[in-house]
Formats: sequence, structure tokens, C-alpha cells
Amino acid sequence: MPALTETIALGQTRMAAARKGPSRNMDALFRGCAYGAALLVLTVLVGIIGSIVYGGLPAFREFGLGFLTSSAWNVGTEQYGALVAVIGTVTSALLALVIGVPISLGIAIYLTQLCPGWARKPVAMTIELLAAVPSIIYGMWGLFIFAPLFARFIEIPVSNVVEGLPIVGTVLYARIPSGVGVLTAGIILAIMIVPFVASVARDMLDQIPTILRESAYGVGCTTWEVTRFVLIRHASVSIIGAIMLGLGRALGETMAVTFVVGNANRLSASIFDPGSTIASRIANEFNEADGMQLNALMALGCILFVITFIVLIVARILTSRVRVG
Amino acid sequence: MSNAAATVTAEPQFHPSAKAGADTKAPVRIAVKDLNFYYGQFHGLKNINLNFHDRQVTALIGPSGCGKSTLLRTFNRIYSLYPEQRAEGQILLDGVNILDPKVDLNDLRARVGMVFQKPTPFPMSIYDNVAFGIRLYEKLGKSELDERVESSLRKAALWEEVKDKLKQSGMGLSGGQQQRLCIARTVAQRPEVILFDEPTSALDPISTGRIEELIEQLRDEFTIAIVTHNMQQAARISQFTAFMYLGELIEFSQTEKMFMNPTERRTQDYITGRFG
Repeated sequence: MPALTETIALGQTRMAAARKGPSRNMDALFRGCAYGAALLVLTVLVGIIGSIVYGGLPAFREFGLGFLTSSAWNVGTEQYGALVAVIGTVTSALLALVIGVPISLGIAIYLTQLCPGWARKPVAMTIELLAAVPSIIYGMWGLFIFAPLFARFIEIPVSNVVEGLPIVGTVLYARIPSGVGVLTAGIILAIMIVPFVASVARDMLDQIPTILRESAYGVGCTTWEVTRFVLIRHASVSIIGAIMLGLGRALGETMAVTFVVGNANRLSASIFDPGSTIASRIANEFNEADGMQLNALMALGCILFVITFIVLIVARILTSRVRVG
Repeated sequence: MSNAAATVTAEPQFHPSAKAGADTKAPVRIAVKDLNFYYGQFHGLKNINLNFHDRQVTALIGPSGCGKSTLLRTFNRIYSLYPEQRAEGQILLDGVNILDPKVDLNDLRARVGMVFQKPTPFPMSIYDNVAFGIRLYEKLGKSELDERVESSLRKAALWEEVKDKLKQSGMGLSGGQQQRLCIARTVAQRPEVILFDEPTSALDPISTGRIEELIEQLRDEFTIAIVTHNMQQAARISQFTAFMYLGELIEFSQTEKMFMNPTERRTQDYITGRFG
């Protein structure tokens, strides 16, 4: 078939000709741009970490490991320690998870398993709108509206009941029932992480094959048993991922927490008492800080970085273990 | 689809008479009476009347969309997960109408087990997969439970392959093994009826062969209904066959008769591959 061979030969010449055009250079440029974009992120990240570590170094050098274990924060005497802020950060974030995760899972399960078709969209929309509320709004609402109500209807009655009891008498006792404190921060944070955790968990539950769900019902499970033993377990890896996402957000959240945490540099065993978090401490003092105070704030920033990093690592370990089991 | 009738006559191992013959005197386990089924407005099943005999395999065949899976899904009322689907008429399981709203669905589904198109191991160990259904209904001691798990896995011809790794995840098994695990899980609940909804459609020929052998063996203990797209499969493993088309039951008879000498023209056309 001479005609066909000719056509092929012609096609090859044409392709070779096209290859000699500017496409080679374009491709190199394109690759360079992609590399550059990836490198830029890395450079910025390393730059940020580097400059914060550099800024915090004088404080670490001055106070050593004592910076982590000291609860002092005195601008007058230039004595600084991170303990109160670290404990406040971790406690408020954990409280947010304890309150927010069950609610989020409940929402996700309701939306994917129980909700009648017509209600799905509106409910899901409402929850996504929660994520669109700026954190300053949560802060204002928390301080001016939620905190007084919380003091009146929760802190005071609970304190009256638990007063003098062992353990709960300390943990749930408010010396000054002002409504602001670590638990209030935890509750506001819980409201803020619910839309994130719920929407990721909902997506994960939605992706579970119908047939798996049907076969769980097929062995005679109730809705609770299907959800608890099959669906949640099937999606457990991704749900842990969603929870870690929420935890990361709760640890770093600044504005809303600064409003309601009370900003006291005092160690207290009661979650009703005011405290502070790393982010709220930095937000409160950055404006006027210089010298050692600024270095101490930078050092706090480093610690927040490390905590978030640990959360990420723990998440990785957890998710890998779940996948194997 | 290949020419099934020709295959049946040409290859003796596919010949229906090679397996146990139909026992037409076996008592009726499931009696379907004037069953109509609706997906919203769509009339999916039209006036179905059909009997399933005790410890016999009944195959439901027909082209896609003919309603064979729909019919199967009424026997454990799995369709009721979807509010827009509804059934009218009667399905008597041992004389009791299971379409009655008063019927306890969880109890019904333990009595009527189901195996699906694709393997559906639960996200837990092999042992727990089998023990799961038992634990929902019975409080057994550890040794009793162990025994029941072992015998179920044996009945599903899986024990030898998994006895050393019962604690490992069921998701790690091959497709064919997973499907046998699902059969073991179903068998473990000691149901009266087992429904198979195209159980081999996701499996390779060797795994398919094993599942088919297994269904033959299970017939000693259970009443079996199987939906299949594969007519040779229906011919190989069933005693009775129902041919459905466009939501209607066209013909129901002993498998041998259905494949050798169908009464209806449409059945003849379908099993010889003229449409479908």
C-alpha cells in the first residue's frame, strides 16, 4: 500500500517539523514555573520557621528549659514562661474536640443516613454557613451574649452544686463566675470546628458504597449498629483526619479565643477560670512588645508551631495504624 | 451474551441433569402472591405469583431491568431503606406475610440472609466478620462462638485458607475469598433462606466456580434464591428457574425443562440469545 506508507511518512515529517518549533523551550519554561511554584512554598515555610526561631532564640537562651515549665509572665521583672499559655491552648482545643466531635459526627450521620431528601440541602447549607462566619463575630457574640448567659445558667448553678466535692469541686468550680474562661473558649471553638469536621465526615460517609450499607442492614443491623460498627469504622481513617483538622484549627484560632478566654496568666485547675492561650497571648501583647517580651512571644510562636507539628505526626501515626488493623 | 442453549447441549458438564434434579414435592418456603412493586411512579413488578421450594435453588433470570433483583430485594425487605420504594401484595415466608408492617425487619433479615453483587466484608477481622451477625442475635460463650465461626467458615469453604489469620482484616482477602467470607457471615446466622444477588458478577472464573460449588452444597441446608445474568450458571446450579421480562414473570418451571423445552416463545428467544 504505497499511498498509506506515503501518508505515514508525510505525517512523521510534519510531526518532526512541529517538534522543532518553540514547544521545547515552552516545555522547559513550563517545568521551571512548576518547580518554582513548589520551591516558593518551601522557601516561604522555611523562612517563616527560621525567622520565628531566630526571634525566639534569646528567650530560650535566657530561660532555657525553664521557659516551658515556668508559669511566670511578668513584663516588669522581665520574667517569662510558657506554661500557662501552653496548658490553656491544649485544654481549650481538647475541650473543643470533646464537645465538637460528637456533634459533628451526629450531624454527618444525620445528613447521610437519616435525613429525608428534601431537608438535606438546607441543613447542609446552614452548617456550611457556620464556617463562613468570621471568627471576630464568634468572639464578640461569645463575650457579650454567650458569656453572661453561661455564667448565669451554668457556672453559678454548677459551682453551687459541686462546691466542696473532690475533683469535680475543683475542676468545675468558678471562684469568680464571669462567664469567660477556658471552657467558654472551648465551647466557642467547638462551634467553630463543627462545620469543618462535620462536612469532611459527611463526605467520607457519603463515599461509602451503598452495597456495604445494604449488606450491614442485610444481616439484621439496626441503624445504630450499621453506623457504629460498619460505617464509622469503614470511614475511621478519614474521620480521624477530619478530627485532626479540627484540632489544628482549634489550636491556632486567635480572635474568638482572645475575646472569651479571660486572658489571665494564672494556673488554675478549674476549667471555669480564665486562662490564656498562646495565640491569645501573642494577639494581646504584640502591639506594645519589644526587647525580651518580643523574644518571649516569638518563642511562644515556636512552641505553637511544635504543638501543631506534633498533632500532625500523631495524626499520621493514628491513621497508619488504623489502615493496617 | 453467548448462545446458552447451544452451550447447554454441547457441553455435558453444563447439562442440567448432571446435578441434583428438582424436587417438585419439596414444601413451599416462600410464596409470592400478586406482588406489585413500585419505584415512585414506576411499576417495577407486575402481579408476580411464584413459589420457592424448601432446600432447592431457584434462579431468577432475565435481561437487565426485568425486575429480578427487585423481586429478590423484597424477600428481606431491603428495599424499605428507600422511602420511595413500596411493595403491594403478599410474600408468605412459612405462611407469614413479611410485607406486613408489623414484621420485625431485623428479625426478618436474620432469617433471610443476603449475599450481594460485590463482596462486602465489614471493616473488622475475619473472625469478627463472621461473629458479627451471630452476636447481634445470640449470646454465645467464647468456645461456642469459636465453634460456630469455624463451622460457618467451613461451610463457606474458606476455613483452610484463613484458619491461621482469623485476626487479620477481612478487607485483605482476595475478591473470591471475600465473597466466601460474606457467605460464611450469612450462614453463621443460620438463616432459613439465602438470597444471592449476582454473587459472582465481580469474580474471576475460578472463584466463580468455587462459589457455584458452594451454592450446591448449601442447598442441603438452606432454601436459595439466586439472581444471575449468566444463563449457564442458572442451568448449572438451580433446580427451578424463573424467567422475567419487563417486570413480569414470563415462565417458571424446573430448570431442566426451562432450558430444554421452554413453553414461552420469549423464554426460548432469551435463552438462545436472540435478545437480552
